[in-house]
Amino acid sequence: MTRHLIIAAALLAASIAGTKPAAAERLVTSISRHQVLVNSSFTGTSIVLFGTVEPDTPTARRRASAYDLVVTVTGPKQTIVERRKERVLGIWTNVASRTFINVPSYLAVLSNQPFNQITNADTIRQLQIGFDSFILPQQLGSDIGDVGRDDPFRTNFIRLKTQHQLYVQKTNGVTLLTPTVFRAEIPLPAEAPIGNYDVDVKVFAESAMLTRANSAFEIVKVGFEQFVATAARDYGLLYGLTTAMMALMTGWFAAVVFRRD
Amino acid sequence: MQIYLPIADLPVDIFLVLAMGLAVGFISGMFGIGGGFLMTPLLIFVGISPAVAVASVASHIAASSCSGVISYWRRRAVDLALGLMLLAGGILGTAVGVWLFTVLRGLGQLDLTIGISYVVLLSTVGGLMVSESVRAIMRQQQGKPVTPRRGGAHTWVHGLPLKMRFKRSKIYVSAIPVWLIGFIIGFVGAVMGIGGGFLLVPMLIYFLRVPTATVIGTSMVLTLVTMASATVMHAATNHLVDAVLALILMVGGVIGAQFGARAGQNMRGERLRLLLGLLVLAVGLRFAFQLIVQPGDLYSIRVLGAE
Repeated sequence: MTRHLIIAAALLAASIAGTKPAAAERLVTSISRHQVLVNSSFTGTSIVLFGTVEPDTPTARRRASAYDLVVTVTGPKQTIVERRKERVLGIWTNVASRTFINVPSYLAVLSNQPFNQITNADTIRQLQIGFDSFILPQQLGSDIGDVGRDDPFRTNFIRLKTQHQLYVQKTNGVTLLTPTVFRAEIPLPAEAPIGNYDVDVKVFAESAMLTRANSAFEIVKVGFEQFVATAARDYGLLYGLTTAMMALMTGWFAAVVFRRD
Repeated sequence: MQIYLPIADLPVDIFLVLAMGLAVGFISGMFGIGGGFLMTPLLIFVGISPAVAVASVASHIAASSCSGVISYWRRRAVDLALGLMLLAGGILGTAVGVWLFTVLRGLGQLDLTIGISYVVLLSTVGGLMVSESVRAIMRQQQGKPVTPRRGGAHTWVHGLPLKMRFKRSKIYVSAIPVWLIGFIIGFVGAVMGIGGGFLLVPMLIYFLRVPTATVIGTSMVLTLVTMASATVMHAATNHLVDAVLALILMVGGVIGAQFGARAGQNMRGERLRLLLGLLVLAVGLRFAFQLIVQPGDLYSIRVLGAE
């Protein structure tokens, strides 16, 4: 009951913020590349996002308070199993596990200042800003849901993803070049999976979200890398035979080259 | 120089992998083994997933044993009849091994199975080899003559039916233990990503009394065919063979093996066996250590599938 009230209140607040005439802003964004090509020398890269917040109508006055920005980048969805080791009969082995269903393989949350200085706790939770509020669906018995942010499986999942630089959270990741023009660098490690990435930009002022914009880019394998990956997946047998032949040829070649008698 | 591996999906230093191939190749040439039991853990250490490592190492072993078979063949040190009989069991063992590999991977216990198999197998074989070779060396230093192989020395293995004569090895044994040994080697090779040469050579010597002259060449024939077929089967069922990784390893491996073979020829048999035994034992203990000591990170994640 209380939850419904909170949601209703939040919706009301949002509609009030939305109808305020002075809050008419337009967000224009552009990303440096819409396609990241993975070839044999790929070791990770970064994409630069530029954007500007401008009044929708020329007559609208500029705000007194500064704009705040939150950029959320999500990679292709994956189902990931997390396992915890425990000592059983003197041997460390995987005992407990938790399955994360359709969670982003890559997640970057960039902002110009700490989230709690941008907006209030309710809005942070509602708009899923940052790792703590981002919903990571998990298989819990027969249900699918997200447990609290302090759950050890969840915190360790984020920690491991962060170690691989696949989850990034930077509260100084967005730079305001002028009060209305911003820039953010989205780091992409070599391990970032192939697929489509969504970029979501939200603009805040005085704790309320004014507007948001979506953009996207994709990571694709090209050339030889793509050829090998496709061959291995679609023509497994032929690929295996070719690799085995390659092994025999290499061995034969060595035997001939190094022949001593 | 970094190179992005298309199946392992991560960049590795090409010279590091090449150096690993060279080093393992040197050891494999010196002792006449495939070296998979060293290469697979090394690849896992560099960050390649165990599944990709096991599948790709198979082709690397195929390459180094191919060059080995050719040079032993020239020296007439290959018993083809024995090799083919071992193979009959080996192919079946490989198929069962690849199937079990796929099942275990689904259950999430692949790492543990690989870990425990390494500990049990390597410590046992390593321990036996070390104690046997130490005794041989001590006997020699005491001036006692090494007991030669007696023609009439029979064990229970020789009482089995389906006897066959293997001319080049000069032995007359039942086909059943030959098939069984082949099956075990094929099975172990597919599950653990090892050629099984270090297992096969002692088995052939102790159970079948194959003379040292033909034992390595013959075991390499089996390794070559089981590993080549393991490559094909892993590629067809698990799609995990990284051809780029395999090629770098092969090139390093075959070159290293040639130099290793020369180094090995200058060493006495029992010294060589002692060294190999110590090496096998060390790798086994390393895995045991890993299972017993609390790991640095209790949590691990693995991608099950993409949407």
